Amino acid sequence: MNHPSAIRIFFKTIVARAYPRFVGSHRNLTWLVTETLLPLIGTIAMIYVYRALHAPARYLGFVVLGGVLLAFWQNVIWSMATQFFWDRGGGNLELFAMAPTSLAAILLGMALGGVYMSLTRSAAVLLVASTLFGIGYSTASLLPALGIFVLTVCALYCLGMVLASLFLFYQREAWQLADALQEPIYFLSGFYFPVRSLGAVVGGLGSLIPLTLGLDAIRQLVLPGTPQFVPLAWEVVAIVVQIVAYGVLSQVSLRYLELQSRQDARLILRST
Amino acid sequence: MDIAVETKALRRVYRSRRQEVVALDGIDLQVRRGERFGVLGPNGAGKTTLIKILVTLLLPSSGEAFVDGLDVIRQFREVRHRIAMVSGGENVGFGMLKVREQLWMFSQFYGMPSAQVRRHIAELLERLGLSEAADRRVSALSSGMRQKMNLIRGLITNPRILFLDEPTVALDVGAARDVRDEVRRWMAEDPSRTVILTTHYMMEADELCDRVAIVNRGRIVAQGTPAELKQQVQQDAIVDLQLSPGNRLLDALRAVDGVAAASVSEQDGIDRFSLHLSSDAALSGVMRVVEGSGRQIRGVQKREPTLEDAFVKLVGRGMAEEEQA
Repeated sequence: MNHPSAIRIFFKTIVARAYPRFVGSHRNLTWLVTETLLPLIGTIAMIYVYRALHAPARYLGFVVLGGVLLAFWQNVIWSMATQFFWDRGGGNLELFAMAPTSLAAILLGMALGGVYMSLTRSAAVLLVASTLFGIGYSTASLLPALGIFVLTVCALYCLGMVLASLFLFYQREAWQLADALQEPIYFLSGFYFPVRSLGAVVGGLGSLIPLTLGLDAIRQLVLPGTPQFVPLAWEVVAIVVQIVAYGVLSQVSLRYLELQSRQDARLILRST
Repeated sequence: MDIAVETKALRRVYRSRRQEVVALDGIDLQVRRGERFGVLGPNGAGKTTLIKILVTLLLPSSGEAFVDGLDVIRQFREVRHRIAMVSGGENVGFGMLKVREQLWMFSQFYGMPSAQVRRHIAELLERLGLSEAADRRVSALSSGMRQKMNLIRGLITNPRILFLDEPTVALDVGAARDVRDEVRRWMAEDPSRTVILTTHYMMEADELCDRVAIVNRGRIVAQGTPAELKQQVQQDAIVDLQLSPGNRLLDALRAVDGVAAASVSEQDGIDRFSLHLSSDAALSGVMRVVEGSGRQIRGVQKREPTLEDAFVKLVGRGMAEEEQA
């Protein structure tokens, strides 16, 4: 029987699953408040803490760049990794799983749809906070910083797919764990301070999250004087390794945990 | 014989820390290509579990199942190209999408060409009387309109085998009829298409299905055409007896000589007994029991047997009683 190729289905699925998020962001504009204004307040509050402590000007930049990447982490956790949990409750997961597409394509579609909102949020934090507090960046390294930003986001979404497979299997327990780990991850990633302050062991542990190294590398490039955690080149290599490792791991875990979920009736809303 | 769906000794057990529930207990089934096949039974009989295994969402604990000749355990990815499922009361998709957008989105998970699928969606919306709602948000649809949209979702990907799981549950009479009419029309378009329908509406199965299997407690208790199944109770006289509420009477009626089976349901404050009498003479014994109970007779009617009567005869009690058991 002839049917469309797997690659065609893969790309069509990504576009189709991204579509509700694009459309939703235009049809319901409340996210402009919840996704830009409210995070901006949190970032500005941290800036005032540093100003009250008379911290060097670059510390204000640490906070702003942390706020920029925080948007992507939250998108990965709450709009991608946990999404299968909500999709199962609404019945969508059954339809995704029984279609001849892959769950990875569904997740990538969610991610693509979410990137739009995350980019808007990041841009708002970067532009508004930098302008309000007169934070300057080294423009000479802007392009390499942008490159590292793209690599970091790729690694982050690969990790998001690994987490999504765990959410698929462990469901509510995984959701509670993600909720509980939220603040520790903000801490370990050094969202609001240079990760070097944590020391080699804790900072190394935090580096399992691609954000940690990505954020440190970007800070090193655009905020001269940033205390170096590890050399920039090592950080870039580590992020690329994370893209490959999390990418492969996500495919293996999605396939394995989909099979386990079929075994344990975790894809369906049970009713005999 | 060209087989669309086959199961062999299919068994599924749900295990949790506290209990073990046998949902399917050795199901042997053959559905021919081009058939509208009904799986009937009360809630909890195992119908949905059977469907979920056949659509590759669930693995059986043991046994085998084949869809379009493919093993649902090992060849599940290939099976998924050939099937679609529509469940009753579905609330799937995204409320902020318009109807035509939602249908397009689901079609893309099957790799359908967008231009072709948009034309097909427009045709199906027209046929099911949903054209005016095409640009309405999904969240604004009534339950009947939503279910018609769900049916279209199942049809636009051109499945060879369509699984309908209680497709008309909670629909009004008109919407349920539209859904059944569309299923018939879709089948008539291509004789190689197959529909497997689960329902606990016996009238629906009687009207729509070429053959049915009656499932109870995870087992098939009978299979055949609706006429063949009703034939099993043809020699009985079926009497509906409507009584005022009162003390439990079912066991006493079942004990009357000549009463082969009996079931009861409550409707509008009246107990409606359905009695299978091996001869009309048994009615006098029934009346004596009723008089003795002090209940008032609100109506007595002899009627033709239905699939529900076949179920009562095979299982020994009505569907409502089985659901409560």
